[in-house]
Amino acid sequence: MKRFAKLFDELDSTTRTGEKVAAMAGYLASAPPDDAAWAVHFLSGNRPKRLVPVRRLAAWAMELSGVPSWLFEESYQSVGDLAETIALLLPPPDRSSDLSLSRWIEERLLPLSGQAEDVQREVIVQAWGELGGTERFVWNKLITGGFRVGVARSLVVRAIGRASDVDEATIAHRLMGAWEPTAAAFHALVAAETTDADISRPYPFFLAYPLEVAPTELGPLEQWVTEWKWDGIRAQVIRRAGRTYIWSRGEELVTERFPELAEAGGLLPDGTVIDGEILAWRNDRPLPFAELQRRIGRKKLGPKILGEVPVALVAYDLLELGGEDIRQHPLGDRRMELERLLGAGSRGPFRLSPTVAAEDWEDVRQARRSARAMDAEGVMLKRVDSPYGVGRRRGAWWKWKVDPFSVDAVMVYAQPGHGRRATLHTDYTFAVWSGDELVPFAKAYSGLNDAEIRELDRWIRRNTVEKFGPVRSVRPVQVFELSFEGIRRSSRHRSGVAVRFPRITRWRTDKRAEDADRLETLLGMLEGV
Amino acid sequence: MVLTMTSAGLYCEAGDFYIDPWKPVERAVITHAHGDHARWGSHAYLCSAEGEAVLRARLDPAARVQSVSWGESFQLGEARLSLHPAGHILGSAQVRVEVRGEVWVVSGDYKAEPDATCTPFEPIRCHTFITESTFGLPIYRWRPQREVFDEIAEWWRANREAGRASVIFGYALGKAQRLIAGLAGREEGPILTHGAVERLNRVYRASGVQLPATTHAAAATERADASGALVVAPPLATNSPWLNRFGAISTAFASGWMRVRGTRRRRSVDRGFALSDHVDWPALLAAIEATGAERVWVTHGYREPVVRWLRERGLEAEAIASLWEGETDEEGADDLAAEETAGP
Repeated sequence: MKRFAKLFDELDSTTRTGEKVAAMAGYLASAPPDDAAWAVHFLSGNRPKRLVPVRRLAAWAMELSGVPSWLFEESYQSVGDLAETIALLLPPPDRSSDLSLSRWIEERLLPLSGQAEDVQREVIVQAWGELGGTERFVWNKLITGGFRVGVARSLVVRAIGRASDVDEATIAHRLMGAWEPTAAAFHALVAAETTDADISRPYPFFLAYPLEVAPTELGPLEQWVTEWKWDGIRAQVIRRAGRTYIWSRGEELVTERFPELAEAGGLLPDGTVIDGEILAWRNDRPLPFAELQRRIGRKKLGPKILGEVPVALVAYDLLELGGEDIRQHPLGDRRMELERLLGAGSRGPFRLSPTVAAEDWEDVRQARRSARAMDAEGVMLKRVDSPYGVGRRRGAWWKWKVDPFSVDAVMVYAQPGHGRRATLHTDYTFAVWSGDELVPFAKAYSGLNDAEIRELDRWIRRNTVEKFGPVRSVRPVQVFELSFEGIRRSSRHRSGVAVRFPRITRWRTDKRAEDADRLETLLGMLEGV
Repeated sequence: MVLTMTSAGLYCEAGDFYIDPWKPVERAVITHAHGDHARWGSHAYLCSAEGEAVLRARLDPAARVQSVSWGESFQLGEARLSLHPAGHILGSAQVRVEVRGEVWVVSGDYKAEPDATCTPFEPIRCHTFITESTFGLPIYRWRPQREVFDEIAEWWRANREAGRASVIFGYALGKAQRLIAGLAGREEGPILTHGAVERLNRVYRASGVQLPATTHAAAATERADASGALVVAPPLATNSPWLNRFGAISTAFASGWMRVRGTRRRRSVDRGFALSDHVDWPALLAAIEATGAERVWVTHGYREPVVRWLRERGLEAEAIASLWEGETDEEGADDLAAEETAGP
């Protein structure tokens, strides 16, 4: 645990990717394989489920530190993170432990699940007495299910590659799917040769960069395939050895969430992997993402919701054919095979993502502008000769999204953020005018730089009208340009609209509150959608 | 009331003087030379003898400054006044005021753990204690400074081995000198300083504080000089072009706020060292108890939680608004630092 906490500190104390990779590679090369396996598991963004209710932990911490609940609450408000608050409040440890990471996890953490409260308490209080500083913070994060190391997947892959001399693409692929953190799995991950028996394993997804140049600079249009950019859930459908698996881009096995796709997958020939987008779909067109979300939110998929929100997989790539990995074949060839596989464009809920007909770049530009009418987010530009890569790479695939909607709105409420932003007001509520009243319609917490956040925080503290717990209403003075990707009617919001992915694009210090936009402007956007 | 809070600051009617006023007044007793406590424009200033040179360096050169030794008491009107060490920075004082047998003590800013750059804090018995509360939450508990200096030395060593300069940010007055003194005997290379820091190093040395050799960074322009060096600079220099001269650097911030991870990350420095010149929670409570005060006024910091804690323990406690800031984690606290950093 000491060594892992040290790695966590090293990762936490640098923003240089080279140093992050070196720290991880150093750990993985020197740690015992069962520790390395858990480290890879956590570094890849996995975390254990919450094993102990947080209020229990808080109660024990208050008891041990002699801090009453109101003071605990004050402390939490100031720190912004419960696991850290507890780590800071507890008395310093009176002994230390050399137990390895894997033993901490397997012998002390995981067995907590389902234990009686007094057993949990004993284990945790004992751990608190042995762990100080970062070790205690990491432990608390693990038991509260909130452990997260902010490190990009690609860097983890690079570090494993460096610690093992296996090439990164192979590592990335071996890490996909249901990877178990065991010593054996770590050995298999870094072995030069492998007998890969996991039939459910997806391929690493290839991701596009936002277009950075004028499309005309990409060269002749003939070298590019233009498709719609869909707003759904990126997924791979795998058919191998008579079984079907559906993986989301978040590497979650979602086969059971989409029974109609799983069923249709059964009709695919063995040794097939399709890449595409799951969309809520009816009458030959996508339904809003919110509909899909509604369906994802359901624990049980009854006939009602399946009827209301049917789904389709809009397929745009073929990664495996006849059991052969064809990712290195040019996109043009892969698409041809995909078209052959899906027949005349659709096979039940599997639909071929159509290409966008274009004579020249101006047509592409037009298509992008009309994307909303297609219920798409923009267009994708993919080199016709491109192999299917790993992760996000520049050059072969670009996404070119429609310009976001934007309005000028007035800040009316503010509240402190969490974690890194706990001591500052960073979450804001914005309103537009309806008559002479300001109607809140969106919350946003991103888009300002640190200096602006600090300046705004100071302004908020001086211009608070009322406090409701952590939320402050402020004088309606500050105007911001807000951008968002989508807008729909909503009965849950007083303004009658809900916007998607709102963020701040500019602090309009040049505008007065009365210059902000009106609700009618938002309603007008609804009609354009 | 021996002292009352007025729009100009804490006032003693019996002696007709103010303590750390934020408006120009006739007579100002100054606890210490930080900008939020020692402001320009008053007619006459009184401070500790230990802090006189520092205060003069921060005020208008023409200011009238008088000083007294630790514990030396003298009469101002009907008030009996004496200054006692607060252990915050060189010359930082607690102000003891006695009027007709009633004793009040104003802590100014203070810390409990002794360090080499100033006379250590002494608890003074009083009826009413006016305390700061910058770190008045139980999450603030300092580790022994030896451990923090070990970490700083280790960071410096690792940077030297990687061919980088180690740039550490801390207040130009007080924190910078404490850092430099705390690393005496464990230097991994030369210690370079920002002008604002160097100016105060001179004042500290002239006041008899031993500091390892330091070089004003303006004199060391060659990049080769900087790799392996420790650069001590005020927070204002963070992300400023002034840093470019040092080539490859690792950055750190030394402040009590660095105890919390979120604050550490928000600073966008590589490392945060929780080293503070203020009392932590246990030391704050211990200091209050040691005064034996029945009444406690709590100023700048986490006033409300401290007041509530004290009230729940039967003390008469009150939160008092002031314009003192204690330790902020923001730029701008170092007024003197601005000139050099803004320059080419």
